[in-house]
Amino acid sequence: MATETPTTTDERIKTESFMAGLMKRPELGAIAGVVLVTLFFLATADASMFTLAGVMNFMSPAAQLGILAVGAALLMIGGEFDLSLGSMIAFAGLVFGACVVTFGLPLFVAIPATLGFAALCGFANGQIVVRSGLPSFIVTLAFLFIYRGLSLVGLKWATGGSTQLRGVRDATENDFLARFFSGDAFQGTFTALAEAGVIDTFNNGVPKVPGVPVEILWFILVAVIATYVLLRTPAGNWIFASGGDSNAATNSGVPVRRVKLSLFMLTACCAALVAIITVLDSGSTDARRGFQKEFEAIIAAVIGGCLLTGGYGSAIGAFFGAIIFGMVLIGLSYTQIDQDWYLVFLGGMLLIAVLFNNMIRKRVTGER
Amino acid sequence: MNTRSEHAPLVHMQDIEKHFGNVIALAGVSFDVTPGECHCLLGDNGAGKSTFIKTMSGVHKPTKGEIYFEGKPMSFDSPRDAMEAGIATVFQDLAMIPLMSVSRNFFMGREPTKGSGILKRFDTDTANEITMEEMRKMGINLRGPDQAVGTLSGGERQTVAIARAVHFGAKVLILDEPTSALGVRQTANVLSTVDKVRKQGIGVVFITHNVRHAMAVGDRFTVLNRGKTLGTAQRGQITPEELQDLMAGGQDLVELEGSLGGTV
Repeated sequence: MATETPTTTDERIKTESFMAGLMKRPELGAIAGVVLVTLFFLATADASMFTLAGVMNFMSPAAQLGILAVGAALLMIGGEFDLSLGSMIAFAGLVFGACVVTFGLPLFVAIPATLGFAALCGFANGQIVVRSGLPSFIVTLAFLFIYRGLSLVGLKWATGGSTQLRGVRDATENDFLARFFSGDAFQGTFTALAEAGVIDTFNNGVPKVPGVPVEILWFILVAVIATYVLLRTPAGNWIFASGGDSNAATNSGVPVRRVKLSLFMLTACCAALVAIITVLDSGSTDARRGFQKEFEAIIAAVIGGCLLTGGYGSAIGAFFGAIIFGMVLIGLSYTQIDQDWYLVFLGGMLLIAVLFNNMIRKRVTGER
Repeated sequence: MNTRSEHAPLVHMQDIEKHFGNVIALAGVSFDVTPGECHCLLGDNGAGKSTFIKTMSGVHKPTKGEIYFEGKPMSFDSPRDAMEAGIATVFQDLAMIPLMSVSRNFFMGREPTKGSGILKRFDTDTANEITMEEMRKMGINLRGPDQAVGTLSGGERQTVAIARAVHFGAKVLILDEPTSALGVRQTANVLSTVDKVRKQGIGVVFITHNVRHAMAVGDRFTVLNRGKTLGTAQRGQITPEELQDLMAGGQDLVELEGSLGGTV
């Protein structure tokens, strides 16, 4: 906030309370949502949900979704959608699996190759959207089917008729890079903590939680970088400007096309990162990987405060949006509630978030 | 033409013609603006005002005619070229984004940075400070630099756009009907902003079809009609009624004005 005192103040402007200022933050809704969902499960769920093991349990799927959601949020702020995200996971999973199993490449080649390939797909998406001026909604909807279909065809080609490619774990077992993309981090620390009696152990002295699943660390890293870029770099300003009004941004010298292209590439790379992590984790890849993840990612971004029209939102909001998702998905199994309420809950959250965002937008712009 | 002798013109446009296919939008318009003056360009709808300023700001290339900037012949390929030379245009849409804060809008596309390499980042403190300072100079006290542009009034937005152009080194400021959609008080604010800008030695080209607004700030008045200049007059040499008649193309309005009781 400003530190100086204006020489004269306009008598019609009321000084803003701290609360009112807070109400204008795009991520407020998501943080409030996390609080509400936590309170809900504290009241209804088994106490084990909020032990260390329980938290890791729901943070893990939250992280996988969150990496996507942060990418989707940046793209949405930049004024575009990517519905091909989920299919991109399957496609990138295929490329990664084929690199590792079919071609026997080491991870330090396979991972950059997969990311590079995803970036290329994002570039194709972006070029079509930017050059044609068509809504990204329809262009990426086409790619939702194209990538999914290519994944099926490609898997059959790579495996000789199956839609599942196995053997990733065997091929990567001794690779030094594997531990950055799968398993748990800080295992030594957790063992030490267990020995010191700080965290729970099984009867044989092994800690119940062996470490922090790596996807959680990737999730935090991606969210922190995205937030920094968005709020503290010129590129972040360009993203807001491109999404807010691409015409005005172009007239002010913002390279709108380049911004949007980069965002499409970045989002596709987020999908590829999720693909790499989940494929290494499960040891195989299949054509249904990432099914409907594009919608979940967009919902998490919207819960995080992104407007569907672009130009407003936050990466840290998408971070919390994804956590809400994970909590609800896993949390219901700790309660007596039927798990299938998950979908109802999801739709309800989305509806509330959109209504709330609409209200916030009106407050920010002073619209009545 | 009356050219004021104390200053060489910043921009001099000589016999500009612009044809779109078989339509002659401009048929030989000459115009200049000197430092520290406000030169009003008046004309009714379809007179060629927009085409003319778009030629000046680099959007269109003239079919015929010369543009001199600070005495040298110039040819702008894009609005960016013109902007870099020092000709800034504030179009009616203002190039502002309502959801973004004033300071983010102010520096959109030209963000100040600090640090280097991977740590090179948007210097928000400097941006906020400069925005508050520039806005205060224009007589607007912002609630804070993070106030969204959407919460500003039309006149204030206009002022932000003008302040932005001035801050980034405009020598010539082209204002495209800045008062057309504003109320009385906001119009007064914008006109006083124009006056402040002029006093800083910037040449202002003020496009309007409102004679009263033009008379309030203009030093010289040029009237366009059907793609031609009908003449340029110094302040004090022409009455509002004469200007109005020139704009309307003479006789047509006299009858109408009679029936409206001189309210136009």
